[in-house]
Amino acid sequence: MTTSDEDNGRNGAGAPGGSKLAKAGWYVLLTALALLILFPIYMTFIRAISGGTASLFQRKPSLLPVATDWGSFYNAFSDGELGKPILQSLFITALIVVAQTFTSTIAAYAFAFLEFPLKKVLFGFIMVTLLLPIEVTLIANVQTMFDINLISINDPSYLKTLGALTLPFLATALGVFLIRQGFLGIPGDLLDAARLDGYSDFAFMWKIAVPVTRPIVGSFIVISFLGAYNQYVWPRFAVKSDKYETIQIALRGFLSDNPNQLNWGFASALIAAVPVLVLLLVFQRQLVRGLTAGAVK
Amino acid sequence: MAVVTRSRKLKEAVLGYTLLAPLLIVFAVFAYYPFYRIIQFALFQKFTNSDDTEFVGTKGIWDVLSGDEFRSGLWITVKFMLYTVPAGLIIGVLLATAAHRQLRGIKIYQTIFSSTVASSVAVSSVVFLTLVNRQAGYFQNVSWLDLGTPGGAMRGVALSSVWQNVGLTFIIVLAGMQAIPEEINEAATLDGYRPVRRFLRITVPMISPTLLFLAVILVVQSLQAYAQIEILTSGGPQRSTETLLFKITQLQGRTDLQTGASMALGLFVLTLAVSVGQFLMLNRRVHYDN
Repeated sequence: MTTSDEDNGRNGAGAPGGSKLAKAGWYVLLTALALLILFPIYMTFIRAISGGTASLFQRKPSLLPVATDWGSFYNAFSDGELGKPILQSLFITALIVVAQTFTSTIAAYAFAFLEFPLKKVLFGFIMVTLLLPIEVTLIANVQTMFDINLISINDPSYLKTLGALTLPFLATALGVFLIRQGFLGIPGDLLDAARLDGYSDFAFMWKIAVPVTRPIVGSFIVISFLGAYNQYVWPRFAVKSDKYETIQIALRGFLSDNPNQLNWGFASALIAAVPVLVLLLVFQRQLVRGLTAGAVK
Repeated sequence: MAVVTRSRKLKEAVLGYTLLAPLLIVFAVFAYYPFYRIIQFALFQKFTNSDDTEFVGTKGIWDVLSGDEFRSGLWITVKFMLYTVPAGLIIGVLLATAAHRQLRGIKIYQTIFSSTVASSVAVSSVVFLTLVNRQAGYFQNVSWLDLGTPGGAMRGVALSSVWQNVGLTFIIVLAGMQAIPEEINEAATLDGYRPVRRFLRITVPMISPTLLFLAVILVVQSLQAYAQIEILTSGGPQRSTETLLFKITQLQGRTDLQTGASMALGLFVLTLAVSVGQFLMLNRRVHYDN
């Protein structure tokens, strides 16, 4: 596909703009669509900088801020303690991304370059987990976590919560699938030659296979980050203490705990999206490649 | 020599299993075992006051799956799907068609159209509170989106989900369009195809596998919708936005896990059906091409 590194060859440029009038028409349409998409974000921003009670009880909807108060972005951190859940989310995300990349890469290496009995069966077994998302297994996983005391209502320590939030996500079939695809593009002769040169499997993996498939590994890292940072369902039921909440869960608490300071909640929602927005802007190409993997054959 | 090869093979097998071990351990504990447990929970009724369990068997599962609660959750999930999946596909195609164009500054528009990818379901739901909340929302006087009515609540939740998916649908459809070789479009233009005809005869067939892929993602997402419902409506009013997954989560705190586990099995079968359907359609397409 053309969203790869060598972009903008013959493919993918799209339809020509046409005459001056047609061009103007397209700009009008594109701008209208862009404004429509941005409107909810604009309204959230307006609400975030509108003074708390004034905005809550005003009956007439307004497109402009009422009793403008820029403090909500600061107050969300100072009084709302927004920093803690954001750091918690970033820390957990980092752990999950590193672990998933590691477990996926070594498993993908085994499937792409090694021969062993039951290889196909095991690959099938791993891919089947794509049909068992955490939503389906939620009830049982919560029970298991209670059984091994990682979810504990009476004594929810930080380490336990950390375990409950990360352990189920230390591996993912999607990563194995994507990185294996990348490894399969490496000619087997290269491995044989490397072996003759005295490369061990680990040296080959680390010094040749991974660097060669860097675009794919990079794409996986970006979508892994996106999934881990944005997830809601599992943390919602795995965390039993407000103190250890992730940011996505904390957003809901923000609104219900501060009904007179909804503007803090709205400011928090905007701040919560910043890490992913940065990721989107810096690693746009990797993100697109990761999200569309499998879409365009 | 044969000995050397055999020991080499053995070494390779040992290395292979070692590299798979971390992954398989995680899956064993958090994917296969819970699946087994869900079946176990569904087959046995556990009583609140004692450790006794009673075998209720497949009849017990069937009682749940044919009961009113499951059927209502299924219907609400399907309704949510009907609101969000076609809308997602249409918006994706519309935005990608508009932005797949040689214009100065088109990258800026493409970035804006992709931007809602940065917004999680939770963030999108809070964002939509500023539009549909009864006290603070900009559309508080628009009865069509009144979260206090069953219809309005469903539309509000669906609209927030559709908006959250704008970026994803745009990115995927645009990638599909960019993969169409320019020569095909040029040839069609030379043959006198007007833009609308070219779109219907060339673009749509060429991106149909992409649209199938996107449809599957959107269907699976609607099966797993949760945060938008909890944040915007808490399942209400009168439980009118309680999707299957929402009902399952309501049941999971209880000692009686039989109902929730049976429903989770129902959710699994739906997920499985979607994947099998996708596989069959892709296979048919491959044969068609040959």
